[in-house]
Amino acid sequence: MARYIVKRIAQMIPLLIGISIVIFGIIQAAPGGPEGTLLDRGMFVDPAAIDAYRAKLGVDKPLYLQYLRWAGAMLGGDMGVSFQTQRPVLDMIAERLPDTVRLMGISFALAFCLAIPLGVFSALRQYSVFDYVSTGLAFVAIAMPVFWFGLMLQYLFSVRLQWLPVAGTATIGVDTLLDKLKHIAMPATVLSLTYVAGWSRYMRSSMLVVLKQDYIRTAHSKGLLKKTVIVAHALKNAGIPVVSVITQDIARIFSGAVITETIFGWPGIGRMFIQAMSARDYPLLMGILMMGSTMVVAFNLLADIIYGWLDPRISFK
Amino acid sequence: MAAPIMEPQTAEVEGITAAQRSNARIAWDKFRKHKLAVASTCLLLAIAALCFLAPLIAPYKFDAIDLRNIRRPPSARHVFGTDGLGRDLFTRLLYGGRISVTIGLSAALLGSMLGTLIGSAAGYYGRGVDNLLMRLTDLAYSIPTLPLIIVISAYAGSSIASLVAIIGFLSWMTTARVVRGSILSVKENEYVVAARALGFGDLPIILRHILPNIGNSIIIGTTLGVGNAIILESSLSFLGMGVNPPTPTWGNMLMDSQATMATEPWLTFFPGMAILMTVLCVNFIGDGLQDALDPTL
Repeated sequence: MARYIVKRIAQMIPLLIGISIVIFGIIQAAPGGPEGTLLDRGMFVDPAAIDAYRAKLGVDKPLYLQYLRWAGAMLGGDMGVSFQTQRPVLDMIAERLPDTVRLMGISFALAFCLAIPLGVFSALRQYSVFDYVSTGLAFVAIAMPVFWFGLMLQYLFSVRLQWLPVAGTATIGVDTLLDKLKHIAMPATVLSLTYVAGWSRYMRSSMLVVLKQDYIRTAHSKGLLKKTVIVAHALKNAGIPVVSVITQDIARIFSGAVITETIFGWPGIGRMFIQAMSARDYPLLMGILMMGSTMVVAFNLLADIIYGWLDPRISFK
Repeated sequence: MAAPIMEPQTAEVEGITAAQRSNARIAWDKFRKHKLAVASTCLLLAIAALCFLAPLIAPYKFDAIDLRNIRRPPSARHVFGTDGLGRDLFTRLLYGGRISVTIGLSAALLGSMLGTLIGSAAGYYGRGVDNLLMRLTDLAYSIPTLPLIIVISAYAGSSIASLVAIIGFLSWMTTARVVRGSILSVKENEYVVAARALGFGDLPIILRHILPNIGNSIIIGTTLGVGNAIILESSLSFLGMGVNPPTPTWGNMLMDSQATMATEPWLTFFPGMAILMTVLCVNFIGDGLQDALDPTL
């Protein structure tokens, strides 16, 4: 086990190097280069000043040296300085991260509590009305553009009924739990919808496979209570692949956050990414992309480890 | 979901005995039993026909401005209402659908083709090629897709072709993994070994002996990819990085409508419903194909 983890971590290193080269390359390919943004704004007119500025940014050096400098600094925890704010990228990300994590945490918890029972009951009553309705709703949820669902909720609950605020995390000057809950309700619902749909479908099919296994029949014939068989024998086994899927979805919170945070004016990483995009703040963009990719890589490993730990039939080698 | 059909089909179907029924026929019979998939196919064909025949069917021109009839709610003259310039929403939905559906289809096809190419090369040649291509797949899979697409589309332009290319080039990874896995299990079969012994080259073997065996999973994957690509296009347009106005797409119509949603909700409601209905149809068809083509079901 320990050897397996060490081996996998060793494999992550070339992958992360590859990712950093791709991200660096994509940003470098931007027209005008990273420094073009600042030059575009007419901050400099004197050619000598432009050269001096390029030298200061280090963009006068060959590309591979620039890459090494960026990647080397990143290893030391320095992701560069934002063009917009002149502050370290890492600080800006750290500042926004709690809001994204809070929103995501609530969404994942909500999705988990809904998806697992939905999937289990659908499987236990396969082809029942309940199964058809929940399957149908899952299909609708998957086919629905996330941002449109958000807009529809805003129209219904903020414009028409005026129950919930349109955007933001809290009313200025108000610091109550109720107010915060009102602000997080819609974005969390929107975000969790896709996960509820995906996870419940997954739980359902995984449960259907397990329920057909011999050991379930054995458990029934031993005279165990139906509840015991389902919870202790079926659910435990059927849950294993679902846990793996959930871990991988958690890894992609940066992707998930972009649209929802933009619609609901939620001051997290996703919205900061869109703002950095329109300001062409390349160091910040590179930082967020790198951070997001590292999370995916790390959580993939985590998903594999959890899988092997939960399912003793899988041996690490 | 329709019940999977497990019983052996021995009944005579239109004079053909069971033994003579081709694989395509068996698949078609199974697909027909999936009522939702059949209904979805009809609805999708109707949507596609309406969109692609828009110049003939649409009651107005897509950029016809009518300043005396701006922001009208749905009525007999304008079934889905009009926007801030008095343009007929129904007409614009039809024209927008042409572009959204075209992008969805082409991007999914491109993604599947790339995935099949990379997956079959990796699975067939194995060793170094496999290692290299699969690490490339891991790499592409690890960078968060939506943020990456946003960055690239911001400077790769927002023409239809570049959107298709961007979405297609970033959605091949799943297909590549599936195709590689299937090829690994198919390539050791005797008929492949026999074909090699007969002196066939790699390409004919892959094209004629291996791919037909895994074609089903590629078809299913492509179908589901269409829905994803349509949603991605609309998300990009919604963020202002998709196809530029005045050319309507369902995504940029939604973006335009966002500011006036409080007073003209129909401008937001209908384009979203168009996306929802189309993607729902595509996904039901994918589900039906899965039931029909997967022999293990």
